[in-house]
This record gives sequence, structure tokens and C-alpha cells, in this order.
Amino acid sequence: MSDPMRIRAQVQGSGAVVRVLMSHEMETGQRKDAAGKTIPAWHITEVVAALNGKTVMSAQWGTAIAKNPFTQFTVKGAKAGDKISISWVDNRGDRRTDEVTVA
Amino acid sequence: MMMKTAMKALFLAGAAALAGCATAPSPQALDQLTQAMLKSSFREQGIAKLDRLTQDDAQQACSGEKPPADDVARRIEAAQLASVKWPADGVYLGDWREGEKLAQNGRGMTWSDPEGVPSGGNCYNCHQLTKAEISYGTIGPSLYQYGRLRGVSDPASPASGEIVKYTWGKLWNAKATNACSNMPRFGHAGVLSAAQIRDLMALLLDPKSPVNAQ
Amino acid sequence: MMRGPFAALVAALLASALASPFALAQTSAADGIAQYRALLADGNPAELWEAKGELLWKQPRGTNKLSFEKSCDLGKGIGVVKGAFVELPRYFSDTQRVQDLESRLLSCMQTQGFNAAEIAATPFGRGEQVNIEALVAYISAESKGMKFKVSQAHAEERKMFEAGKRLFYFRGGPYDFACASCHGEPGKRIRLQDLPDLTHNPGDGVGFAAWPAYRVSSGELWSMQRRLNDCYRQQRFPFPGYASDATIALSTFMAVQGQGAVSIAPAIKR
Repeated sequence: MSDPMRIRAQVQGSGAVVRVLMSHEMETGQRKDAAGKTIPAWHITEVVAALNGKTVMSAQWGTAIAKNPFTQFTVKGAKAGDKISISWVDNRGDRRTDEVTVA
Repeated sequence: MMMKTAMKALFLAGAAALAGCATAPSPQALDQLTQAMLKSSFREQGIAKLDRLTQDDAQQACSGEKPPADDVARRIEAAQLASVKWPADGVYLGDWREGEKLAQNGRGMTWSDPEGVPSGGNCYNCHQLTKAEISYGTIGPSLYQYGRLRGVSDPASPASGEIVKYTWGKLWNAKATNACSNMPRFGHAGVLSAAQIRDLMALLLDPKSPVNAQ
Repeated sequence: MMRGPFAALVAALLASALASPFALAQTSAADGIAQYRALLADGNPAELWEAKGELLWKQPRGTNKLSFEKSCDLGKGIGVVKGAFVELPRYFSDTQRVQDLESRLLSCMQTQGFNAAEIAATPFGRGEQVNIEALVAYISAESKGMKFKVSQAHAEERKMFEAGKRLFYFRGGPYDFACASCHGEPGKRIRLQDLPDLTHNPGDGVGFAAWPAYRVSSGELWSMQRRLNDCYRQQRFPFPGYASDATIALSTFMAVQGQGAVSIAPAIKR
């Protein structure tokens, strides 16, 4: 079971700024361990952000994204009290969704 | 009556002062406490054994907040200089290309380093050397243009003899010319071999070395 | 052939272009890295550890099923976290010794029913050491922005400061390094990493006031104990025991030197 994401969503102008910190190893599959064996790839492949259940952003991630990645984006029309949910899926099929209320 | 109260006050003040003095440890006691802490707090790990905490004269003299007195420093320098091992065959310079690799290499001698693997020179951690390498430290002076600035156009000529010897001395044992130098004693402590030091000498003094390129 | 003021201008431009290209390269590299670090500061992954630490603080744990919240005194009373970090190390009357944060957490874990000696012997990043990472992130976060205010009122606290100072200047090992070798002068750096001068108060958010921290290069949260451990490794010293007296003495020295500096822990580092 993965660690929870840290999500902050704050009203800014006519929308909201959303900041997300995800906990994930994001292993590229190109590194080798001390014994010389390749460490298998393990990284997020898809991210979806939704406002009150409706998808506002989707992204396809690969090996260029860093470990414990930080993402920031703005959502037009989001108001205080709205629900922002962030979901990710990784190449092992693990998935996680966390939700916050726009402040 | 007044006298008695005054005397009493004086006596109490004196007793308090004495009590304060009695509880503050002397510098020697604090030194001993520190030594005891070193013994009890450290353990050996990998190639790093506890004998590394046993100080020689130079280390001990240079462990204060202030540098040692001038006469002590001169004595240390003389003793360190006397212990320098000069190249047996009189060959001071090796290959600057190998020297640059050594200068870039910061490995060796830590508890996570394997036994028997040659150490690097760690040079760029503290010094600037070639122009191309911008990732350099400033704990030591810049060595860029080292040979050129000292007028060394031919390291084999008698005219360069003094500088060549001085440089070898610095690399072998930096404390021979500066008692409390921050620079490790690479030859003296067995960190680098004579062959490796020859390569570093070339990096610094060979006119063809990028350190001396215009 | 160019003549007159135009020639002079070209000459001047050529001269400035050729002069100290080196200095330019050096400034822009250091500036670039400083900019990169400033960008990293937003979204510090240390917050992931903080969140975990808060849960651990409140959760009943160990064979005695006690939460830190109900049983652990970090110096300001049982369960009080706010402001505790910037008052450590300090003397504790129940253990009759000066303790830093990690040492105190070990004492509290002992109360919970854990074997503190076993945890101290556990390598970083394994077992309960992982939980200590989260706890130090949470506890230091609860003092973020506050000034260091460590006591020297107790004789033991003063003794630890004096021992820490002597350890700071102690030269040893095959490289003759002391802490002072790298941290003894202002304005120095190792490669492109600036080094705080710890012989004086290095100021807000620097040195002791910047750890624990998330290290981007390894994606790990390092406590001060871990930072000291790796310092000694690179000094080519033998291994300092986790939360041993020597490490607590050094932390006492650094904390007192940094008296009044603002803590930015948990910070973010390269």
C-alpha cells in the first residue's frame, strides 16, 4: 500500500492552484544494483486530475519523472469547497487516488 | 550588629562563589572527558579502524581552536619535512592524463571503500585545476596555471629544481611546509603511491598539461 | 583598417570578452545551482515524511501499546511537539543526560517497549530507523520558522558544549581532517557545494538549522545523526555510534553556536 499524496488546492483568481506531492520510487529500469543486476522499472504511467468528478487533466508519465515527484497546475473555474482528486497508475498496475477540498 | 550581618552576607557570597568554581570542570578535565567520549562513541567499520583516532604530534598540535605557537609549528614542519620520501630514481613527473583522472577521483580510505582499491587524489574537492572543470572547491588555493605562474617551462631543467621539489613535498606531506595545513599528507599517510604522485606532479608542472595551457 | 572611436569600441569589447571568462563561468554555475535549489524548495518531498511522522506520533506502538503523544516528553512536557525541536539538545532529568532529538526518541521508544540499543544498531533506511526519519521530519516541522533557543543553564549542557567544541577541532584519520577542516572558515565550498562556517553563528536556515533535510540526489530524508555519520565517513574516521555521546556533544556545540538562528527544517538539499 503506497503512502498518501500531499495535495494542496487553493483558490487563485478565477480558479485554483493545485500542488501535488506523490510518494513513488520512480525507478527508470536503467539502474544497476551493487551486484550488477538491473533494478526493474517501477514508475507511474498515468496521472488523472478531476474537479468534482470531472477529468480536468490527464498525463502520461515515463522514466524522465523524478522520484517523489512534485506537480503543480491551475484549474479554471474551481471554487472554494470543490473537490479535487488526483489518481495515478503505475507500470505494476498499482493505483492510488487522494482527494482534497479547494481552500 | 551591622558588622555581623555584613560578615554573614560576605561569607554566604564567598561560599556561593566557591561552590560555582567547584562544579565547573577544568580544561584538562574537559580534555579527558572528550578523549573518553572518542573511545566510547566510535567503533571500527570496514577498513576504518579505531587506530585512526590516535593522533600523531602534528594532528595533536593542530587540534586547538587557535593554531600552535610559532616555535611548535616550525618544529612540526621540520620533522615532517625530514620524513618526506623523495623519488628513488629522481623521476618526478609522470603522465598528466592519469593525473587529471586522479584529481577527479574522490574515492578511497572511507569505511565504505573496499580493501585494496587505490585511492583518488580528491584534488577538485578543494582546488581549481584545469580551466574546463568548473566544479571545483575553494578550501585550497587555485592551482590553475600552477607551473606557468612559477616559470616552469622545462620541469627537468636545474632551474625548475626547487619548484619541482617543493611541489613533490607538498603532495607527499603538506605539513612539511605548513604545520596545520588542511591538506592531507597523501604520500606520508599512504593514501597515494609515488607513481600516483608523479602523475599529479605532471598535471601541475608539465607544460603540456591543461593546467598550464593558455 | 578600422580607425578612430569605432576601433576603440571594438577593442574594448574584445578586451572585455577575453577578460576573465573563467570568473563568469564560475559565477553562473553557482548562481544556476542556487536558482535550481530555490525552485526545488516548493513541494519539498520532506512533507511526505512529515505526514507519516504525525501519524506515528499519535499511534499506540510497541509492546506497551503507547503513543508518543501520551508518553513522550521532548523537553516541553509530555506530548508537546510545538517548539521542542529548537530547544534540543537539552538535559533531561529522567535520563540524567543531555540528549538530542534522535537520542530522546530512542528513550521514548524504549518506554513504548522497543529495544533502543537494537534500533541504534539498525542501519539507516531500515526497520525502525525509517520511522525515526518520519518522526524527525514531523517534529522539526513543528518548529519551522522558530529560533534556536538551547539551554546552557545546566552544568551537563555546558560540559557537552565544551566536549563538542573539542571534537569539532579534533584532527584525525589518514586525511588529518577535523570538522573544522571544511567548516572552519567562511566563504568556502567543496566542489560546488557551499560550506557553512560553524565556528560562528552561520545564520538563519544554515548548518544545524537546515537539518533534517530531504536530499534530492538520493531521494532520502536525512536526520542530523545521519548527516554527522556521513561527515565522519568522508573524514575517513571510524564509525560514530548512532546517538552516541560524541554526536550529541557535536550537536550541542552546533546548536549553541547557532543560538537565535531560524530553523528551516525539514529543508531540501542537493
